[in-house]
Amino acid sequence: MKLTVWTYEGPPHVGAMRVATGMKGLHYVLHAPQGDTYADLLFTMIERRDHRPPVTYTTFQARDLGSDTANLFKTSLQDAYARFEPEALIVGASCTAELIQDDPGGMAETMDIPVPVIPLELPSYQRKENFGADETFFQIVRALAKPMDRTAQISCNLIGPTALGFRHRDDITEITSLLSDMGISVNVVAPMTSSPSDIARMGAAHFNVLMYPETAEAAARWMERELDQPYTKIVPIGVGATRDFVAEVAEITGVKPYLDDSRLRLPWYSKSVDSTYLTGKRVFLFGDGTHVAAAARIARDEMGFEVVGMGCYNREMARPIRALAKEYGVEATITDDYLEVERVIEAMQPEMILGTQMERHIGKRLGIPCAVISAPVHVQDFPARYSPQMGIEGANVIFDTWVHPLVMGLEEHLLHMFRDDFEFHDAAGPSHHGGHAPKPDVAGGPTPQAAPAPRDISGQENATPGSNVIWLDDAERELKKIPFFVRGKARRNTEAFATERGVSEISIDTLYEAKAHYAR
Amino acid sequence: MTELPRLAASGGCRDEPILKQRGQREVFCGLTGIIWLHRKMQDAFFLVVGSRTCAHLLQSAAGVMIFAEPRFGTAILEETDLAGLADAQTELDKVVDQLLARRTDIKQLFLVGSCPSEVIKLDLARAAERMTEKYAPSVRVLNFSGSGIETTFTQGEDACLASMVPVLPKTETRQLLLVGALPDVVEEQAVSLLSEMGIGPIKVLPAPRADTDLGVSDNTVFALTQPFLGDTHAALERRGARHLAAPFPFGEEGTTAWLRVIADEFGVDAETFDRVTAAPRARARKAIAQASEALRGKSIFFFPDSQLEIPLARFLTRECGMEALEVGAPFIHKGIVGPDLDMLAQGPTLSEGQDVDLQLDRCRNARPDLTVCGLGLANPLEADGLATKWAIELVFTPVHFYEQAGDLAGLFSRPVRRADLLKLEASA
Repeated sequence: MKLTVWTYEGPPHVGAMRVATGMKGLHYVLHAPQGDTYADLLFTMIERRDHRPPVTYTTFQARDLGSDTANLFKTSLQDAYARFEPEALIVGASCTAELIQDDPGGMAETMDIPVPVIPLELPSYQRKENFGADETFFQIVRALAKPMDRTAQISCNLIGPTALGFRHRDDITEITSLLSDMGISVNVVAPMTSSPSDIARMGAAHFNVLMYPETAEAAARWMERELDQPYTKIVPIGVGATRDFVAEVAEITGVKPYLDDSRLRLPWYSKSVDSTYLTGKRVFLFGDGTHVAAAARIARDEMGFEVVGMGCYNREMARPIRALAKEYGVEATITDDYLEVERVIEAMQPEMILGTQMERHIGKRLGIPCAVISAPVHVQDFPARYSPQMGIEGANVIFDTWVHPLVMGLEEHLLHMFRDDFEFHDAAGPSHHGGHAPKPDVAGGPTPQAAPAPRDISGQENATPGSNVIWLDDAERELKKIPFFVRGKARRNTEAFATERGVSEISIDTLYEAKAHYAR
Repeated sequence: MTELPRLAASGGCRDEPILKQRGQREVFCGLTGIIWLHRKMQDAFFLVVGSRTCAHLLQSAAGVMIFAEPRFGTAILEETDLAGLADAQTELDKVVDQLLARRTDIKQLFLVGSCPSEVIKLDLARAAERMTEKYAPSVRVLNFSGSGIETTFTQGEDACLASMVPVLPKTETRQLLLVGALPDVVEEQAVSLLSEMGIGPIKVLPAPRADTDLGVSDNTVFALTQPFLGDTHAALERRGARHLAAPFPFGEEGTTAWLRVIADEFGVDAETFDRVTAAPRARARKAIAQASEALRGKSIFFFPDSQLEIPLARFLTRECGMEALEVGAPFIHKGIVGPDLDMLAQGPTLSEGQDVDLQLDRCRNARPDLTVCGLGLANPLEADGLATKWAIELVFTPVHFYEQAGDLAGLFSRPVRRADLLKLEASA
């Protein structure tokens, strides 16, 4: 038994729903009690889908237990087939139905449904959402895809995009166009956009582009083995990774590598002088393994940040992320405990977080800017405009997204120069943040926006590590001269510096000794 | 003199046939109630004993995640708990120990049963008893079920409040008990109206903190502020308290009728009643008249959700000029919504329970001007050109009593007005 307050991933049947909802002509009959229908709103509200997810919930109640939950399942399956006339069905159990052991797959087999019925075994008490999506897609591919003649033109399948995916919609467009520039066509995009009959013709592609290992790696491996289709290992997020991806595709297919980079702006934007202020910004990365790995490379090599920590919530990616962290000389945080992630960030005091919507809230509370790089998704992660993460445009989008929460370069200097001016006073905050800018508190440093009623997460730990040291008046006045957006850090660093050295009173000298000590 | 509400000329709906169907339901389970209950009871923690699905539901239903450490959480059952490798009761003790050690501000702990805990028959009542002894007197531990196999959406609040009734101390004082978790601003309005009539003492269930002097006995009369409190109603009657049946306080008419029933019980004269209610009644009428302009002559269809459907249909048809086509409720408890049914004119289909596919067929055929439904159905119906109102907002927003009557009408008129406002085609 494990106490959980917020979760990064839903249960595995929600992963199966992400696959089913992304597809057309597939229906999911889920043996589940009534409350499990909450999952529909993830798709209709967060992703603004205009159709109900293609899921029938058997809706058993307490009084059905031990009598006829099995019949209820059969009736639901029969009705769902008659009403929706899908090309194929997937059947399975949610966490509660797993306990009553009705065996949906076995029952479905006895029913003579005239289309393929694919049983899912998703262990709800061991695994989570990403596993559910990966396993479901794998089972569908295994049941429906067959070896067949290759297309005349070189073609590939794009695999991994699902409903409720982080920018999957736009990544598909970007990668399709990138491949088309190389003369490679897309045979099937799956699971999102495909129907069961499309899955059946996946074997016609020459290779697979594994866009998101979280949701399609099992299928990719199976197709490599059974359909003799190699798959790409590089996820084209960031400039370097996109170029490497082009080279990898060229290698697999034998076509000439080609990348139209006429619209690529990240490298120049990163070199331009305004970006000097990005140098060495200490960033902490957290999300799903794939997006974190991609973000690490962009952060260090393409933005000039310093990666001070990284981690992922999906244990399936623990090994590669640990290896990567070692390469970057930092600790890996592999956990799905939101409170632990917050403790790590609080201790590390990065200047920026590249995380999920959950870390965005941590950042809000701690006064640390945050850009979102990964699922779990929020309605904000489905912008109306085109905003992929992959390819050339993805790199441009990432530059903008990551820079946005920071105070811009020239503005940083202006704020410093005019800090006593009425418009540029400390409380003004970055101009492009409007009313949302954090207001500095009296002691300096932006005040985290207080969450409404619930108690702060770590109320008893709010005191800074060196809070027992005393600031002398002149040092305190000097501290106030430091721009507000670095003042909190200056205070913490100075206190830590003083505590380490057993200094109990901070003078102006201590302040500047600490500054020299931490100078990079 | 206050005129009594006119009953529907055609006769009310109390004895009308009810369409009962069984199929897929598109509703939340009772755990959802924790979202508003934890805000109301400020020293309470709600510990769901369940699965990752329960945790995910709470997070998703909260919509805007609060993301501080909330006063609710889920003890997620793991493989070892189910395989009997670990004693679930011992495991639960460990989780609660950790929790209470860290959260010394907690005075009431609710162990909340879920579908999986009910199926494996984890005895939370026994756990609550054991823990109450262990943590007395600083923490009181109670249990209730919010499982989807037992409860629908707002029934979670009912189960929670019902669990508190047996442990209330006995008090001989003649008192009025208002039952239902309302936003503070609304609750204060009700108490103030009743106090001005000279009614008192007035107590509220749930109390904001555990240490209030809330008691109950056969000298207690109680009025429900929410129509979904059937079990709490029964639990209070078992303690000897007497229910004041009334239409629910939505809209000017409903609020007046509700207050009138209580006023009569406490012997408030007509003059006093009018003096206290005249000004807010006039304000409410004016506000409703304005907010309901867009609703007059429009039709409405209710999918079952919160059990507020019948009182709301009564308000919308009588005070906002709407026509109800179907009024679906998860349960129809005539002892509680009977007075509202009496006032609802015959005509609409009354339905209880749900087969969502069949109900969607009926709704699409009826093409109502406004459909009240859950979040899972709203966008799909909008995509079919049907304006919708999210039912959950009716539970989260202050909508009771006079001062909110205009807001309540506004919740329904906004989607209708919006549909008229949007011009998304070329002007030619």
